[in-house]
Amino acid sequence: MSALKNRKMIIAAAIAGMTVANGAFATDITGAGATFPYPIYSKWAEAYKAKTGIGLNYQSIGSGGGIKQINAKTVDFGASDMPLMPDVLEKDGLTQFPAVMGGEVLAVNLPDIKKGEIKLNGKVIADIYLGKITQWDAPEIKALNKGVKLPDMKITVVHRSDGSGTTFIFTNYLSKVSPEWKVKPGVGTSVDFPVGVGGKGNEGVASYVQRIKGSIGYVEYAYALQNNMTYTQLESHDGTYLMPSSETFQAAAAGADWVHAPGFYEILTNEAGKKAWPITGATFILMHTTQEKPENAKEVLKFYSWAYDNGAKMAEELVYVPMPAPVVKLIRDSWKDKIKDTTGKSVWN
Amino acid sequence: MTKLQTESREKFQAFLDVAFRLTTKFFAFAVLAMLVGIIVELFIGALPSIKAFGWGFFTSTEWDPVNVKFGAIVQVYGTLATSFIALLIGIPVSFGIALYLTELSPPWLKRPLGVAIELLAGIPSIIYGMWGLFVFAPHLSDDFQPWLIDHIGPIPGIGMLFQGAPMGIGILTAGIILGIMIIPFIASVMRDVFEIVPPTLKESAYAVGCTTWEVVWNVVLPYTKIGVVGGIMLGLGRALGETMAVTFVIGNAQKLSTSLLDPGSSIASTLANEFNEAVGAVYTSALIELGLIMFVITFIVLALSKVLLFQLGKQEGEKT
Repeated sequence: MSALKNRKMIIAAAIAGMTVANGAFATDITGAGATFPYPIYSKWAEAYKAKTGIGLNYQSIGSGGGIKQINAKTVDFGASDMPLMPDVLEKDGLTQFPAVMGGEVLAVNLPDIKKGEIKLNGKVIADIYLGKITQWDAPEIKALNKGVKLPDMKITVVHRSDGSGTTFIFTNYLSKVSPEWKVKPGVGTSVDFPVGVGGKGNEGVASYVQRIKGSIGYVEYAYALQNNMTYTQLESHDGTYLMPSSETFQAAAAGADWVHAPGFYEILTNEAGKKAWPITGATFILMHTTQEKPENAKEVLKFYSWAYDNGAKMAEELVYVPMPAPVVKLIRDSWKDKIKDTTGKSVWN
Repeated sequence: MTKLQTESREKFQAFLDVAFRLTTKFFAFAVLAMLVGIIVELFIGALPSIKAFGWGFFTSTEWDPVNVKFGAIVQVYGTLATSFIALLIGIPVSFGIALYLTELSPPWLKRPLGVAIELLAGIPSIIYGMWGLFVFAPHLSDDFQPWLIDHIGPIPGIGMLFQGAPMGIGILTAGIILGIMIIPFIASVMRDVFEIVPPTLKESAYAVGCTTWEVVWNVVLPYTKIGVVGGIMLGLGRALGETMAVTFVIGNAQKLSTSLLDPGSSIASTLANEFNEAVGAVYTSALIELGLIMFVITFIVLALSKVLLFQLGKQEGEKT
C-alpha cells in the first residue's frame, strides 16, 4: 500500500518536474505593438535565441493594438511609440520603459537641391503643414536659406495616413514650436492635417515624396537613408542648425530629464542642447505592474536587459539609437520598483 | 431479398433525405444568421459613435481624431465618386469586350482572349495598387492631368472637377484603377450571358436585315438584361469595397474637395489606415460606424438593382 503511494508520489513529482523544466526552457516571450522598432526587436530576438534558446514572438500590429493587447493580457508585453500618460498607466496597472530611440527627418523632392542644403526651422515647418506657406520660394523659407536657389514651385505636403507613433512625435514637435498647431490640429497618432496627401506607412510617405515634385514629408531617418532621399537641416532648440545623425539623436536623449519624468513620460522633441536633433523619439515597452506569470515577465526583462548591454551595435547598424547607460540604470531601477508578482515580490532582482 | 430488408432500406433512404434537407437548410440559414450577426455586431460597435454624433455623423466633413470629432461625408463621397468613375470606365469597355468575344471575334481568338480576361480577375488587388502608384500615377501626373487642367479646368461647371495640382494620385486615379479592376468581372459575366442567347433569336434578327449593332442592342441586351445588371452589380460591389488598391492611390486626405484631381479617402481606405492605431472608444466606434454605412450602401445598391430589374420587367409587360 505504502509502496504504491510512494510510486504515485514519485510519478507526480516527475510530472511536476517536467512541467517546471518545460517552463524554464521553452517559454517564448510574446509581445505586440509598434511597427517602428520591429526590425531591431527581431534582430535582437534572433541573437538572443541563438544565445539562450528563448525566442521572442513579436507581432508588429501597431502601437494602438499593442496597448489593447497588453490590457487584454494576451501578451507578456506591449509596445508603443507613444508613451502613456502617468495617470493612464496607474489606472490600467501598467508600467513603461523606453527600449530604443530613433530620429525623424524632413525629406524633400526638389530639383537640384542636395542633401542638407536647405535649412528649416520649427515655425516654418509648422506653417507649411498648416498650409500657410505654399510656395518653396516664399520669403519665410528664403530668409533661412540665403544663397540657395529655391524653385518657384508649389509645396505638396505629405503626411502619414495611418495612425502612427511617427506622426505622434512629429505633431508633438510641431505643437512645441507653434502655438497655432497646438490648438488645432494638435498632437496624436493621427491628426486632422489641414493640407496634403497621406501615405500609408513610412514607405508610403517615402514613395509619395519621391514621386511628387515639390513635396515635403516626415519619415524616420532609416527610411530616408535606405531610399537615398534628400533631407533638410533643422534648427535645434538652441538655434544651431544640425544634420541628422546618431550623434545628434543621442544628444537629444542625453539632454532629457528622465529622472524627473514619472513613468519615463518623456518625449524627446525640441530638447535643449546645441547638438540635440529636434525630432527625436523613444519607443516604449508596456508591462503590468502585478504579474500573474512572473516567470514570463522575468524573461521579458532579461531580454531587454541583455539588449541594453549587448544590442547597441545591432541597433546602430539599423540606424536606431541605443539608450544611454545612465538611462538604462534608471530603467533597471524602475523594474525593481514597479514590476511585482502577485505576492508583492519584485520580479527583477 | 426479403420484404424486411427493402423496408429498412427505404427507411434509411427516407432518413437520409431528411438529414440532407436539414443540412442544406442549415447551410442556407447560416448565411442569413451570419448576415444578421454582422449587422447587429456593427450596430453595437457603432453605438458610442451614434450616441456621440447622431445624424451629425452624416453631415459633417470633419475627421479629427485629436478632438474626437467625426463625420462621414468625406469617406462616403470618396467611396461613391471612385466607384462611379470606375463604372463609367468599366461598363462601356466590358460591353465592348463581351460584344467582340461573342459576336465579332474569329473562333480561334475567343478562347485565349476569354482566358486572359479571367486571369486579369485573379490578380491580387495590391498589385493593381502598386502598379497604380509606381507606374500609372507618374504618367497621369506628367501627361494626362496637366492636359485636363489646361483644357477642361477653365470650362465653367465641369471644369471645377479638374482643377488643382497634377499629383497623379487622388479620387480620379483611384476611380480609373478601380475601373480597370472591375472590367474582368463585368466583361466575363457579360460574355457568359451573351453566349446563352439562343442562336435562333439572333439569326432571325439577322434574317430580317438587322446590323450586328441592332442585333446586340435590340435582341441580345433585352434577353440578357438580368445577367448584365448582375455583372455590373458584381463590379460595383467590388469597387465599393476595394481597400488596398484604393489606399495606395487615393491620397488619403480626410478633406472634401470638388476637384477629382485632389486627394480624398474612401470608407475602406480609412478603415485600413486607421483601425490598427485607433485609440479611444469613440474613435474606434466611429470607424465601425463607417463600416456599417458601407454595409448599408451596398445593401441600397443591391436593392436599387432589384428595383431596376423589376421596372424593366414591368415595361415589357405593358408592351405586349
